[in-house]
Amino acid sequence: MPTVSVGRDRLFKALGRTYTQEDFEVLCFEFGIELDDVTTEKAIIRKEKHLKDEACEGDEEVIYKIEVAANRYDLLCLEGIARALRIFMGKETTPVFTISGIAAKCMHKMYVKPETTQIRPFVVCAVLRGVTFDEATYNSFIDLQDKLHQNICRKRTLVAIGTHDLYTLEGPFSYEALPPTDISFVPLKQDKSFRADELMEFYKGDMKLKKFLHIIENSSVYPVIYDSKRTVLSLPPIINGAHSAITLETKNVFIECTATDLTKANIVLNTMVTMFSEYCEKKFEVEPVEVLYPDGNIMVCPDLSVTKMEVPIKEIIGPIGISLDETQVVPLLNKMQLQSEKVFTDGETRILISVPPTRSDILHARDVVEDVAIAYGYNNIPKTKPKCHTTGGRQPLNRFSDKIRAEVARAGYMEVLTWILGSKEENFKKLNRSDDEKKAVIIGNPRTAEFEVVRTSLLPGLLKTLKHNKDHPRPIKIFEVGDVVTLDETRDVGAANNRRLGVLYCSGSSGFEEILGLAERILKVVKKPHILVETKLELSHEPEFFLDRQRSVMFGGRCIGKLGVIHPMVSWEGFDISDPCSFLEINIEALL
Amino acid sequence: MAEEAVLGFLQTNEHISDSHEFADSIGVSHTELENLIKSLKGFQIVDAQEITRESWVLTEEGKTYMVNGSPEALFFSAIPPEGISRSNLKEKLGAEIFDIGSKAAAKNRWITFEKDLVKRKVESVQDEVKNVLARINSGAAVGDQVINDLKRRKLIIKQTWKGYSLKKGPKYVSKRKKPETDLTREHIVSGDWKNLEFKEYNLNAEAPQIQAGYLHSLLEVREQIQNIFLEMGFEEMPTNNFVESSFWNFDALFQPQQHPARDSHDTFFLETPASTQNLPEGYLGRVKLVHESGGYGSKGYGYDWKREEAEKNLLRTHTTAVSTRMLYALAQQDTFTPKRYYSIDRVFRNEAVDRTHLAEFHQIEGLICDRGLTLGDLIGVLEDFFSRLGMSKLRFKPAYNPYTEPSMEIFSYHDGLQKWVEVGNSGMFRPEMLLPMGLPEDVNVIAWGLSLERPTMILYGISNIRDLFEPKVDFNLIKSNPICRLGL
Repeated sequence: MPTVSVGRDRLFKALGRTYTQEDFEVLCFEFGIELDDVTTEKAIIRKEKHLKDEACEGDEEVIYKIEVAANRYDLLCLEGIARALRIFMGKETTPVFTISGIAAKCMHKMYVKPETTQIRPFVVCAVLRGVTFDEATYNSFIDLQDKLHQNICRKRTLVAIGTHDLYTLEGPFSYEALPPTDISFVPLKQDKSFRADELMEFYKGDMKLKKFLHIIENSSVYPVIYDSKRTVLSLPPIINGAHSAITLETKNVFIECTATDLTKANIVLNTMVTMFSEYCEKKFEVEPVEVLYPDGNIMVCPDLSVTKMEVPIKEIIGPIGISLDETQVVPLLNKMQLQSEKVFTDGETRILISVPPTRSDILHARDVVEDVAIAYGYNNIPKTKPKCHTTGGRQPLNRFSDKIRAEVARAGYMEVLTWILGSKEENFKKLNRSDDEKKAVIIGNPRTAEFEVVRTSLLPGLLKTLKHNKDHPRPIKIFEVGDVVTLDETRDVGAANNRRLGVLYCSGSSGFEEILGLAERILKVVKKPHILVETKLELSHEPEFFLDRQRSVMFGGRCIGKLGVIHPMVSWEGFDISDPCSFLEINIEALL
Repeated sequence: MAEEAVLGFLQTNEHISDSHEFADSIGVSHTELENLIKSLKGFQIVDAQEITRESWVLTEEGKTYMVNGSPEALFFSAIPPEGISRSNLKEKLGAEIFDIGSKAAAKNRWITFEKDLVKRKVESVQDEVKNVLARINSGAAVGDQVINDLKRRKLIIKQTWKGYSLKKGPKYVSKRKKPETDLTREHIVSGDWKNLEFKEYNLNAEAPQIQAGYLHSLLEVREQIQNIFLEMGFEEMPTNNFVESSFWNFDALFQPQQHPARDSHDTFFLETPASTQNLPEGYLGRVKLVHESGGYGSKGYGYDWKREEAEKNLLRTHTTAVSTRMLYALAQQDTFTPKRYYSIDRVFRNEAVDRTHLAEFHQIEGLICDRGLTLGDLIGVLEDFFSRLGMSKLRFKPAYNPYTEPSMEIFSYHDGLQKWVEVGNSGMFRPEMLLPMGLPEDVNVIAWGLSLERPTMILYGISNIRDLFEPKVDFNLIKSNPICRLGL
């Protein structure tokens, strides 16, 4: 879930009142956001720089870190949170966003060149006129772009935002894709011109920007936006040009969002303009831009129209389990920015809902249901019990596993619980095995060597557990019942679990008889009445066991397990255990 | 023998004034006598007073001087009347005696040095050091000045002498019976138990640890939670399939392909087996459409849905992948039957491991599938479930989850921490998830999930999850955890 940092005092000013922290938390809880942390800029800087003393820069203003839902892009800045809460409390109604009525020929134009399809095919734009920034709103404007980039834009892979001082530019604009060596400009925060390929090299040392280089690095063409004088606006999704950088004095802001996903580009652009048109001379009015694609397709953006949704009232209150009429439902919807009214169509009462461009999260009538439930108060909904009659029951394998667990514990063994993931080394090499014999599930993106492979035996986990408890009094008798996974082409996913019992005995002597006795005990107690299954032990040659001090467990002619004295190469050299150990592993699914 | 001697002596004598003397007189070591005294004192048969005395004893060096004479005397005696060269004398006496002896003899003014020659200054000398050492060794008193000199030369050291004086105790007997430590078969059969005395138990020490088997605490909690589900009429789902396709883990749940949870930073994707080829085609087509352009009353997400993404194999990130398979199977039946399903099993997240996060943990999941279920039903069933877990004060916070709508986070008031803590997540599965499966339109699914580890940590007061569940688990913790009292 994204977290948004807002100045407490500015937030309260925007809400028109102050709150105690407890009262504000109650409001957040009801609305479905969360006050995650209370801090100050000074404390944040101190933490970042690992400073202990007071001797550092920064403001003592209290900052609220607010956690918001991952699909509510309209709550990623102070303006959006304050607006949503004001509407929730009934202090104001959902704003109506308008597109300024300028003639098509007066609109700024963005020509898209065909080469862009090779790398980043979409662009959407808009203009905010007569904006008044102060330091706080300017920072909020920058922060919102950051938050959008981190979240819906998936670290700029799907969408990248560029904002520019329109006064410094001259349209029409063009969105092109050119070989890196053909692009040169002075990037933001630099004072000399770079060629695009050199710039990429330069940014490899930039902590913030190096994360984004991979998006275009291996492409033969880089996306770039020019104005009519060939001034570079931006090299998306990496950096803007220095020339058109916005400042506190900027009045007219040109916004461009380049994207690989048009739906998300529109959501991002709409979020930017609906949040910051609040500071325009004509509040909530946005100037459109015409985007002309090479195939002749012309798009005027942004699209700030409301989406109409007509939902029968019973479909709204039914899934919640409350009985309200339309006069009660409409005000609840209005609190959630969903302006609505009652209509009568097809012989039933329906609610006509206007979904504003800020609410891209509303996909279905079910989303409206949630908003009504929130506005009604989750904790006010009457509790009921589902009426269906069903019978409880367990999976036979799990029940059987529990019986085996109890049996082994009764024999004096201690149950442990180990990880299913492990390193390749401990799963194979340390068990005296050369490789996985093409049986194991291999992780493609392990964070550390601890999580490279899914276990094919319970042995490494038990040995590791023993290793960490080597000083425990002898004998150590531990076991685990759990699943291993092996490749299995008969399954849709290509792998199957197998339920195993693993038992490890460690003492001054090998304890082979102990393990053997337990194996016999298990085979004895799993016998089914009137069914005779032949069980016997056969000499085996598994590398994890010592010489011929090992057997495979045969059950009805099939090998279902193995037991033996662990090879010193495994216990001592692999797992640092100096005492002899014996191990038993049985496939208990075969015994069910 | 010593016991008889002590008790016999005290029968006719008032007291034994010095245990050392007594030990010598009966020919036993003082250590042996001391052990006996402690035992008799413990039974109050004798009354023993500790007595201490200080005395001077000879060091090893002192003993040597007592026998061989002091170095200065040896030095003196080694000088012939005509004198002797230093080197010859040193050779005669050895370096150590020469060094010590020359200094001490010079100090005593017994000798003179004439250039290289050493000569006697007096005719004869008395070896006082040797004499006084012999006197100290025999226990005779000597003057303080002498003591200080010898102490400085490290020839004597002070020793504290410890002994006892004894007299009859309150329970004195001339011959004591030996109490039996345990009742034996022979005692019972012979009837001896009637005349025997038995040693009193000392219960101050802990009993030795018994040999026992142990079940793991986390799985004990799992069993209790399982019982709660069974009491509430829930049927267990088969969750023994850790490897899952992205399709069943994400796509079928209407989780878009660009969702952050599908990032390699959060999910373990597989190198082998890398992908799933066998997916239910008709259903897959409907899932593709609902993502791309919606349907069933939805707008959809409006992006290009890619089959290759859905085919990517992973280790399941939640057991809801199994719930989805179960609901799909339910939807394929001719007539709809309501179901209550639960599971508790392992899930995997590609997360950094710390005190509260593991890359593997257990997810508890419950769901009810029936016509016309409501959010009120969900709240009602959650109150029932959690009150059986001992959490009866609940409240619900709006939340976001891609496959549930409405979604609710479950908070419970924790009396110990005196605050509301999040205990789980819940919601109603989205129509975009259920309708492509083919479930009837009026069927709703209410569901909730939580981890098994969190309530267990709270129940057992464990602050570091890794003490409980990982190879570094502490055996003593497993051995000492109390039984799980959930539901009792």
